[in-house]
Amino acid sequence: MRFLRRFLARLKNFAIGRQDDQRLREEMAEHLAQQTAENLRAGMTPAEARRQAVLKFGAVQAVRENFHAEQALPFMENLLQDTRYSLRMLARSPGFAAAAILTMALGIGATTAIFSVVDATLLHPLSYPKPDQLVRIEDDLPGAGARDVGMSVPELKDLQRSGIFRYVSGDWSTSGNLTGSSQPLRIALKMVAPNYFALLGVDPQLGRTFDPHDETPGFTLEVVISDGLWKRGFGGDPHILGKSLRLDNDEYHVIGVLPPGFRDEGRTTEERNSDMWAAAGFAAIPFPPPVRNLRFTPGAIARIAPGLTMADAQSRLDVLVASLQKQYPADYPIQSAWRVRLVPLKESVVGNVRQSLLLLLGAVGLVLLIGYGNVANLLLARASARGREIAVRQALGAARSRLVRQLLTESLLLSLLGGLAGIAILFATRGPLLRMVPESLPRFNDISISWSVLLFALFLSGFAGILFGLAPALQASRLNLTDKLKAEGRGTTGSGEQARARRVLVVTEFALSLVLMVAAGLLLRSFWDVFTVGLGFNPQNVMAVRTRLPVPNDPKTDIYGTAAQEAVLLREMLRRGRMLPGVEEAAVGSIESVPLSHSRNLNQVILEGRDFRGSDPPLVEASTVSPGYFHLLGIPLIHGRIFTDQDNENAPEVAIVNEAFARTWWPNDNPVGKRVKISGLNTATSWTTVVGVIADARTESLEDAHVPQVYSCLLQQTHDELALFLRGRLEPARIPDEARVAVQSINPDLPVFGAMTLPGVVSGSLSQRRFSMEMVLIFALTALMLAAIGIYGTISYLVNERSHEIGIRLALGATRGTILQMILRQGLELAIAGAALGLVGALIVSHLMTGLLYGVSPTDPLTFIGVTLVLTAAALTASYIPAMRAMRVDPLVALRYE
Amino acid sequence: MKEKPDVLQGTLALMVLKTLDVLGPQHGYGIARRIEQISGDVLAVNQGTLYPLLLKLEHEGSISSEWGASENNRRARFYRLTTTGRKQLREETHDWEQTAAIIARFFEVKAEDLS
Repeated sequence: MRFLRRFLARLKNFAIGRQDDQRLREEMAEHLAQQTAENLRAGMTPAEARRQAVLKFGAVQAVRENFHAEQALPFMENLLQDTRYSLRMLARSPGFAAAAILTMALGIGATTAIFSVVDATLLHPLSYPKPDQLVRIEDDLPGAGARDVGMSVPELKDLQRSGIFRYVSGDWSTSGNLTGSSQPLRIALKMVAPNYFALLGVDPQLGRTFDPHDETPGFTLEVVISDGLWKRGFGGDPHILGKSLRLDNDEYHVIGVLPPGFRDEGRTTEERNSDMWAAAGFAAIPFPPPVRNLRFTPGAIARIAPGLTMADAQSRLDVLVASLQKQYPADYPIQSAWRVRLVPLKESVVGNVRQSLLLLLGAVGLVLLIGYGNVANLLLARASARGREIAVRQALGAARSRLVRQLLTESLLLSLLGGLAGIAILFATRGPLLRMVPESLPRFNDISISWSVLLFALFLSGFAGILFGLAPALQASRLNLTDKLKAEGRGTTGSGEQARARRVLVVTEFALSLVLMVAAGLLLRSFWDVFTVGLGFNPQNVMAVRTRLPVPNDPKTDIYGTAAQEAVLLREMLRRGRMLPGVEEAAVGSIESVPLSHSRNLNQVILEGRDFRGSDPPLVEASTVSPGYFHLLGIPLIHGRIFTDQDNENAPEVAIVNEAFARTWWPNDNPVGKRVKISGLNTATSWTTVVGVIADARTESLEDAHVPQVYSCLLQQTHDELALFLRGRLEPARIPDEARVAVQSINPDLPVFGAMTLPGVVSGSLSQRRFSMEMVLIFALTALMLAAIGIYGTISYLVNERSHEIGIRLALGATRGTILQMILRQGLELAIAGAALGLVGALIVSHLMTGLLYGVSPTDPLTFIGVTLVLTAAALTASYIPAMRAMRVDPLVALRYE
Repeated sequence: MKEKPDVLQGTLALMVLKTLDVLGPQHGYGIARRIEQISGDVLAVNQGTLYPLLLKLEHEGSISSEWGASENNRRARFYRLTTTGRKQLREETHDWEQTAAIIARFFEVKAEDLS
C-alpha cells in the first residue's frame, strides 16, 4: 500500500517532468543558515562557522542527486535517455540497422505465423467450457487385435450409471437428406444422447437444446441446427423455432439454433462440420434392440464427474470393466481382453497433427536462432568497432552496469523494431499464408493473429533482444581501457575473446542449419516416396460424384429398403451415367469404396471353419461395389472372377477379398470358394462365398499397401451413402451438374454432391505431408542462406583483421594460392566443426520424427551425406569471396599502415 | 579522530517519525539536530540521505510538509506526522522492540542454559 502510493507519486512526477529543485535548494540554504547560526553561538568566527557548516553538510551535488532519484523514477529516465541515444546510433548506421531489423522481422514473423497455427490447434483445441473434463470413450479388444470397436447401448448405460461421469453420450456421425427446398441437401447429421449439449456446455443462440433427462428410446424427433445451416438453408429465418423439416422423409421440429462459433468435436473434417443434431436413446426403432455385445454406436464422449482427474476416472473405470466381465462372461470372452479407454477429447481432435506442428515450430525456432546468431554477430562486429567510444565513456566515469544497460537497450530496441516489422509483414501476407495451410487441419477456421499470438511475438522479440544483446554488451564493457585507448591509431582489432565468440556463433548456426536440412531432406524423401508410390489403382480420368439414399426411421416406408429395390435405382444410375458426355465406364460403390476417402468401415468377418469362440472375430475394412468397379479403377484380378451382373438380388451372395486378406487368413489355401460372414450387411447371418482375389491397392492409405479388405456386391446389398464413379474424357467443371440431372431424373429427392476427381483426392490426401515438407524445406533453405551469410561475415572480418599479416606473408614470398588456401581452410574448419555438431543433433531430431517418415530410415546415409556436402559447399562458396579479397591484398598498401 | 558512525540503514526513518511524534512539526535541520542530540552526539545524520528520505516518507503519506517561518524568521519547510505516519510509527516501534528483545535474549544466553 505504502509502496504503491510512493510509486504513484513518483510516477506522477516523472510523467509531468517535475524537477522540484527550488524546494530542495531553499531547504538546503535554510539548513546551512541554521547550522552557521549554531556554530556562531558556539563561538566560532563567522567565516569558520560557515566553513564548518558546509563541511558538515557534505556534498551538495550528492544530496541533489539522491533527492532527484527519490523524486522521480531514475530507471525510467535512464531508459528514455538510452532509447533516444540508441535511436540516434541506429540512425547513424542505417545499413546495419536495416540488416538486423530485417533478419529479426523475418525470423519473428515466421515463428509467429507458425505459432498462430499452434495456438489455434494445439493450445485451444476445444472451444467448450472446462475442456479438460471432456473425454472420448473407446472400447478396445486387444486380444482380437482391434482398437476402438464402438460401444453397445447397455455399455453406455453402465457408464452413465457408474458415477464416474457427469454425462455420457453416444457420438454417431451420419447424414440425412433434407428435402422441401429447391435442391435436396445432404446434411452432415450427428446422432447423440439428449444430454449432448449439456455435456459440452453449449447454449443455443435461439430456442433451446435437448432436455438432458429425456428418456425417449428412439429418436426424439427434435433437431438442433448450426448457425451455418440456419443462414444457408433457411435464410436466417427468425421464426425457425418449432418449424418442421423433412429429413429422410421423417418430420422433425427445429428446437434450437447454435451460436455462430460452435463447431462439433468430431474426429474428421466432415464431422466437425456437422450441421444438424438429433437426439436418440439408441434403444428402439430404427436402432436394433439393445444387446450387450452388439457394439453398433461408433463411439461415445463424456464429461468426467467434477473433482475426478483423468487418472481417477480411468482407474475406477478399470474396476467397473473387471466386474462387468465377471457378470457377463459370455459377452466378454477372456481372450479378447475387453478394455475401455479414456482419451482426452482434445487428443482425438489434434492427436495426429501434433507431431507435424511441433516439428514446424521447432524448425522455425531453429531458423529464428540462426537469424539471431547473425544479428549477434553483427552486434559483436559493431561492438568491436565502437570499442573506442565505449572506452572513452568508461574513462569519463560511466559505470559498467550503465554501459551494459545502454548496449542492451540498443539490442532490445533492434529486436522490438524487428518484431514490429515481423508482425506487420505477417498481417500483410496472412491471406496467401493461410492458403498454404491444408484445410483438413483441425480448427483451421480459428487460425488468427490473436492477442495471445501478438503477446508471443512481443515476448519473443524481448527475449531475443536480451539473449543476443547480453553477450556483446558484457564483452564490450569488459575491455581493457588502457589497451583500447593505446591501440587507437593502428587498425583496431577485436580481442581474441571476441573472435572466439564469433566462431562459436557461426559453428552453432552451421550445426543448426544442418539439423534443419537433414529434417527437410528426410521429409522430402518421404514425400517423394509416397508421391511416387505405385498406387495399385489408376486414378487418371476418374471422377466420383456422391449421392445419398434416404433412410426413414420406419423401415416400412423405406423405398430403398431391400437390395432388390435399390438395385433398380443402381442399374438406372449406371445406365444414365454411361450416357453422360465423355464417359466410357461407370461404377457405383459405397462411400468406403472411394479410394483414400478416410471413411473407415471396419466389419467383423467370421471365417467358416475357423473357431472364434473365446475371442472376437477379425475386423476388416469392408466396401460394397458394383461389378464394374475393379475394372474402372484398374485393379487387377489374381484368382477366380470379379462380380458380374448375374450376382444380383436373386443369386447367392458373393464376396471378393484382396491379397492381403487372403495372405492373412488363408496363407496356404485357395481363397476362392471359402465362405465368410460379414457383419453389418443385411444378410450377415448367412454365408457369403468368396469368388475372387484382387491385387492389393493403396485405396485405404497411401502409406500402407497391404490393408486386408473385403468387398461385397452392391447389387445384393443396400447402402445409403453412394458414390458414382465415371471414367473417360471428362469435363470436370460440367460433370457435377450433368450427374445431378442424371440422378435426379430418376428420383428428384436425391441430393447429388461432393464431386471429386480421383487425382485430386490422391494429391489432397498428401496435403498435410506436403505442407510440412514444404514449410520445413523453406525454413531449411533460409537457414542455409543465413548460415552462409554468417560464415561470409566471419571470414570477411578475419581477412580484414589479418590483412596486415597477409601483407607481410606476401612480402615474404607466400604465393597467392597459399593465401587463398589459408583463408578457405579457416572457412572449412568452421564448417567441419559445425557439421560434426550438427550431425549429432540431426541424429537425435531424425529419431524424434520417425513417425513422420515414410520409406526412409531416420539414419538415411544418402540424406546425411548429401546435406553435409551441400552445407560444406555453401561454406566454401561463402568463404571464397573474402578469400579472393585476401589474395588480392597489396603488400605495399597493407604495410604502409604500419 | 574517530569518525562518528552514520545512522544505521533503515532506522533513520523510524528516528525521523519518532522525533516528529515527540516534538511536533520540525524543519529538516531541526530533525537532524534532534536526532544527533538524542543520540548524545554519537550519531551523525547524513544530509544526502535525510532529504531524500523525507521526500520518500512524504510520497508514502507518512508525513506531510508545508512552508512556514523558522525561529530566525526565514522561510523553512516544516514536516508533520500524519495519521498514516502515526500508525506506521506504532507498527515499526513494535517490530523494533520485538527484534531488540530477541537479540537481547541471544546476548544473555549462556552455554549451560541450553544443555
